[in-house]
Amino acid sequence: MSVPLTLLGLLEREPSHGYDLKRDYDTYFGRGKQLPFGQVYATLGRLARDGMVIAGDAEPGGGPERKRYAITDTGKDEVDAWLADPVEPEPHLQTVLFAKVTLALMLGKPAAAYLDAQRAAHLRRMKDLTELKRTGSLVDVILADHGLFHLEADLRWIDLTSARLTDLAAALIPEAAPEPDKRERNK
Amino acid sequence: MTTPTVMRGCLIEARDITKSFGQTPALRGASIAVAGGEILAIMGPSGSGKSTLLHCLAGIFTPDRGEVWFDGSRLDTMSEADRTRLRRTAFGFVFQFGQLVPELTAADNVALPLLLNRVSRRAAYKSAGSWLDRLGLGDKGGRRTGELSGGEAQRVAIARALGLGPALIFADEPTGSLDSLTGEKVMELLVGLAREGGTTVVLVTHDARVAAYADRVVLVRDGVVSVDMGSATAAAASARAVN
Repeated sequence: MSVPLTLLGLLEREPSHGYDLKRDYDTYFGRGKQLPFGQVYATLGRLARDGMVIAGDAEPGGGPERKRYAITDTGKDEVDAWLADPVEPEPHLQTVLFAKVTLALMLGKPAAAYLDAQRAAHLRRMKDLTELKRTGSLVDVILADHGLFHLEADLRWIDLTSARLTDLAAALIPEAAPEPDKRERNK
Repeated sequence: MTTPTVMRGCLIEARDITKSFGQTPALRGASIAVAGGEILAIMGPSGSGKSTLLHCLAGIFTPDRGEVWFDGSRLDTMSEADRTRLRRTAFGFVFQFGQLVPELTAADNVALPLLLNRVSRRAAYKSAGSWLDRLGLGDKGGRRTGELSGGEAQRVAIARALGLGPALIFADEPTGSLDSLTGEKVMELLVGLAREGGTTVVLVTHDARVAAYADRVVLVRDGVVSVDMGSATAAAASARAVN
């Protein structure tokens, strides 16, 4: 999550005080992790320095929190470019889990049981997210969907890897490879 | 009849059941117990035996060996007539497709099991209308189910299954032919209404997002219930125990 660009995007709706920006960020994007006030004002300061926003005059009461910030044309262009730029697809290569499975096979440990435990942990998280969808707002539902589809993709990898453990063991430890006809049956 | 030593609160249980089709074994000693009011998901790869297990629990298949108990009675040794009666009165079914009569209206389909159970026509159609209302199909009662969308047809199937007030609902891939959003709505209705009425659900699915609606998930592999994923903690403990 890019905090500067997200704040900039919120400012494109309407000029806002730092306090209002923080409140909106926490509401829509915080998901239990609030943005510190200090980070909000430091970010707005950098955006002003870079010509993305302009700060209005200090309003009665003084202090940075009494300034109203407005997005500039340069800032709007930056938001447009950011929105149009596809997010880098993350390969999610399951490096930790892959390493565990590979090492387990190399060491003759129960890789299938590890995968079962991981499957159960994934399903438990999916159950939590499903419950969140039942009780949460539409924003929660959309975010939970994103998590659920990623977890589902992981589970499909876990299932396929479980089905290929014999072949994977044979590839990693050639001397432990089953007889050709047996390997054929495991495909 | 001997009183079984079932687990506390257990409504249905399979004990070490085997079932083969010709020379092909589908179940090789599967055991599972489901508590009253529990929503259980059975997952597993294609051909693992999960649907056969469901059909044995529902009394549709008779296991070759082992026992199936329902509410204190031995199901697998019951006469076919008794099992049919049980399926009509105590069990509801929601399958992927093929369970509705396409030439009949939605109301006819929901009322049909009630009529077969000798409920009066007036009461059966009143109940059907009420269930269709609850499932958001109040205006579709007069439509033939063959003309309904997949999601609507599944909601009719749920209305039909719940209309009898069953103790247990068996669902085999109930969202298998639906898109994600429609499947989600169907699951929310099925699980929500089952919880509301304290109805037990045994659900077979290959879809983890569907299984996530259940209280407990078990995995069937090679004809046995290999992993009970009641909780991630339990599974992790099981994995450590194997070490």
